[in-house]
Amino acid sequence: MNALKGRAARAWYGFAAGAVLLFAVAPAALSDFRLGLFAKYLCMAMVAVGICLAWGRGGLLTLGQGVFFGLGGYAMAMHLKLADAGPGNLPDFMQLYGTATELPWWWRPFANPAVALAATVLLPVAVAALLGLLVFRRRVKGAYFAILGQALAAAFAIWLVGQQATTGGTNGLTDIQGFFGYDLHDPVNQRMVYFVIAAVLLLVVLLARQLIHSRYGELLVAVRDAEERVRFLGYNPANVKLVAYVVAAGTAGLAGALFVPAVGIISPALVGIVPSIEFVIGAAVGGRASLAGAVLGAVAVAWARTALSEEFPAAWTYFQGLLFVVALAFLPGGLASLPAVVRRRRAAAPVAVGEAA
Amino acid sequence: MSVILGQTFTGISIGAVLLLIALGLSLTFGQMNVINMAHGEFIMAGAYTTYVLQKSISDAGISLLVALPVAFCVSGVLGALLERLLIRRLYLRPLDTLLVTWGVSLMLQQLARDIFGAPNVQTRAPDWLTGHITLVGGDDPLTVADNRLFILGLAVAAVAALSLTLRLTPLGRRIRAVVQNRDLAEVSGISTSRVDRTAFFLGSGLAGVAGVALTLVGPIGPTMGTNIIIDAFLVIVVGGIGQLKGSVMVAFALGVLQSVLEYSTTVSVAKVLVLVAIVAFLQWRPQGLYTLRTRSLV
Amino acid sequence: MSIRLIRSLRSTGPGAPRPHRRRLLAGGAALTAVVALSACGAKTDTAGASDKAAKIDVSGDTVKVGLLNSLSGTMAISEVTVRNSLQLAIEEINASGGVLGKKIKPISEDGASDWPTFAEKAQKLIEEDGVAATFGCWTSASRKAVKPVFEKNKSLLFYPVQYEGLEQSPYIFYTGATTNQQIVPALDYLKAQGKKKIYLVGSDYVFPRTANKIIKAYAAANGLQILGEDYAPLGSTEFGTIANKVKASKADAVFNTLNGDSNVAFFKEYKSAGLTAAKMPVVSVSIAEEEVKSIGPQYLAGQLTAWNYYQTTPGAANDTFVAAYKAEYGADKPTSDPMEAAYTSVHLWKAMVEKAKSFDPEKVRAAADGITFAAPEGTVTVDGATQHIYKTARIGRIGSDGLIKQVWDSGEPIGPDPYLKGYSWASGLS
Repeated sequence: MNALKGRAARAWYGFAAGAVLLFAVAPAALSDFRLGLFAKYLCMAMVAVGICLAWGRGGLLTLGQGVFFGLGGYAMAMHLKLADAGPGNLPDFMQLYGTATELPWWWRPFANPAVALAATVLLPVAVAALLGLLVFRRRVKGAYFAILGQALAAAFAIWLVGQQATTGGTNGLTDIQGFFGYDLHDPVNQRMVYFVIAAVLLLVVLLARQLIHSRYGELLVAVRDAEERVRFLGYNPANVKLVAYVVAAGTAGLAGALFVPAVGIISPALVGIVPSIEFVIGAAVGGRASLAGAVLGAVAVAWARTALSEEFPAAWTYFQGLLFVVALAFLPGGLASLPAVVRRRRAAAPVAVGEAA
Repeated sequence: MSVILGQTFTGISIGAVLLLIALGLSLTFGQMNVINMAHGEFIMAGAYTTYVLQKSISDAGISLLVALPVAFCVSGVLGALLERLLIRRLYLRPLDTLLVTWGVSLMLQQLARDIFGAPNVQTRAPDWLTGHITLVGGDDPLTVADNRLFILGLAVAAVAALSLTLRLTPLGRRIRAVVQNRDLAEVSGISTSRVDRTAFFLGSGLAGVAGVALTLVGPIGPTMGTNIIIDAFLVIVVGGIGQLKGSVMVAFALGVLQSVLEYSTTVSVAKVLVLVAIVAFLQWRPQGLYTLRTRSLV
Repeated sequence: MSIRLIRSLRSTGPGAPRPHRRRLLAGGAALTAVVALSACGAKTDTAGASDKAAKIDVSGDTVKVGLLNSLSGTMAISEVTVRNSLQLAIEEINASGGVLGKKIKPISEDGASDWPTFAEKAQKLIEEDGVAATFGCWTSASRKAVKPVFEKNKSLLFYPVQYEGLEQSPYIFYTGATTNQQIVPALDYLKAQGKKKIYLVGSDYVFPRTANKIIKAYAAANGLQILGEDYAPLGSTEFGTIANKVKASKADAVFNTLNGDSNVAFFKEYKSAGLTAAKMPVVSVSIAEEEVKSIGPQYLAGQLTAWNYYQTTPGAANDTFVAAYKAEYGADKPTSDPMEAAYTSVHLWKAMVEKAKSFDPEKVRAAADGITFAAPEGTVTVDGATQHIYKTARIGRIGSDGLIKQVWDSGEPIGPDPYLKGYSWASGLS
């Protein structure tokens, strides 16, 4: 019982430290530009929370998170583009490249802010639920599931690119001016967006922690480690996995939605195979099974990408590749397991000395 | 009629390319369950080998034929090296290999860019591979391109060689034993780590051969591998892991499906439809077209 | 979902003691309240008031400029050559004394073939480095992604690639061709050659789709017939079906707006399908000397291209440019239209700055109209109203040596008309 209390207390301290960092230290220490970038990293971290749940806890290698990120992002961007254009007008890119003189039917619901906001989460959740229901019932798993995710991400990205008149094609939806009436060019509003993202991230982490430490969370780990035994005990592993998958999709959708006001663009480049892998790598480098590890890892990988590419514009992909290889091949538990590894090494050292003596 | 026939031939030739790039994966992914994202870069290594050889051997035909075995060795050695240095540590974590080899593929791409320059490079095709054979003459002729026939022949030969190796040679027996039951194979005195390395050499070497063939139809550049790698994985997944015949059938089926859909819709739509069809297919047969019955529980 | 699972979702596990949870939630609520209070920025209806001008770092004896191209990812195959030629121009200017007495210090960033990255790097160049101007971008998608960044910060971008027109940003100078300087002259040429039936092949993105829209409008007004229109996804390397369709159509010519890698596969397929430049020429608008080199003259000899510059374009300015480039990057490296436009853009910026006697973007813009430069392609003039430049259209034929020989030119530089306002058939387009 003491151990449990200690764990909860540690989580509470970690959470409080995170809140102080996000709400006091970061805004004070970073310039407007860097804070904007940091907001982007936090969106990546939000995706990583879902991946931590589905992959770290549930063993589902979700290599199609780009799809859900994109669904959330496009839902939000579609609303903001419509709001920018004003009632009755077509978004700018449709006037340029489109053939239709009126809004396509599937754009119309997004004019309503409440519908659009709900869609940023519900759309990915619905898609994930449908897909998960089919896939998990049929016991598609492991590498199959991973490759399936990649195929979906590729299909969605190609589809988006092909529909230039209605989705903006390769360009995506760009030049987003306002966020629910607030001008995004104003640095004060950019800060506001950052604070919203930080608050949502904390909230998502909080909920994920509750879920992980609930009985469902234990069941999820059990399914990951011994699916047949769980089935034997009378549970349906398909449903257990489905919940984790759907929650991860919803989180990714939310992250995509918040990414749009932070960066001002959503495009197929954020949906396809490459971003989907990058989302997972962040969580893996940090430590997939630990919430703190996944979040910090995602931020660290995104930050490293920026920092390395600014420092070595012509050779940074070497360092990025090396980072992935070293972190994953030699630290299976990610950076989160580093303290434990060091402790084990330290514990092992005196024994060796004793033997020598 | 000639349209249907023409599209079928196009589909078969797409299938042959798919088969050739997927064949190496049927060993490394299909048999050993390693998701090697750097496989595309091994294909790239094969293509660049052709380019380098053509600089020293001026005759395009001879250099192409010489490139086949050389590229096989170059990519094979790269693969064996990758297995020895990294993948060996990751056999118990198959999904981590995907991410680690992704990192490796990023580095290999940058390496190619630094060695050969960022722009694509060109190779000349021999004259006997730039023409076409006319099957039906007349006003609306039906033709088959020489380079496509060459690739088809190469794919068939590679499949035959691989399946004979697996079936008839002691090495093939050992590989199959390790795939079916690793522990039992180890207990029976097979050095599984050596088998793994050899299988990886063969699989990666086949990627090199595919790279040589691709110089006849596509671009040769640092990112040439990334465009095709997912298609190759899908062939194996749909075909069924551990089954050569599944991969062969699926490669041609996907090729024909793609080309028929392309003709009636657009390339983008066809691509999306094929991917959706694959997802649907896996609902019906989640383990792929053919499943290998093994005694392992996973 | 099984009832057991629902129950398990509701119940709290032993790992989450209730009091702690309540405190955590209270903390979250407090934070959200803080957020709500901090939100008090400008509303969209008062937009513009908060826009700030870029701060240019002119301290010391250097002035910084940004170079923003993809050095990694799929677009690196094209963009690295543009980067080389930008650097060449900067070295030349520095060797001759710099701009307004200051040496140019290039700040290099990698757009990584990823549009949001372009936007991020543009913001970094402007805000952190204080660059006086930025040179780069290739794809329309990357330009669309950075456009709001340059407009918001009132900083200048020089864009060196031919593009689809229909754009005019006050903070972008377009030194590549717009549609009426490349596509329209190419169509005029085809029409004059008696090619009546055209097949359109392009990559699936904004430039080809918009270009083809323009081509179709032109065709309708000029009695040309469009037999088919096909798009391949970017990076696609399977062209069997498209080659079959083109062949079956029996068109007089193909208008090709494919990009990058796809061209290689397309032309290899084109040749093996038995189609030739003599029977059915392909006019390409994205194949320059660099692409010819990577596809191989074996597949391209005799095909047509439409550009404003070729390595073979006569003139002393071009001889100097070609010689300097080869001396710097190797005798086997060709020069091409986008490289020339990039090289020219740096020199044009220098001339504008010197006329304005200031690095301030607003003053530079005001000074832009009528600036001329003896570019490798011939003398170019900046049109202040559109911020494009006057360019001579040139149709070339690819030779078996990999060089492109001009077969036709427009005689004099064509004024830029990005919205095709001067063409009656284009009235329905924008």
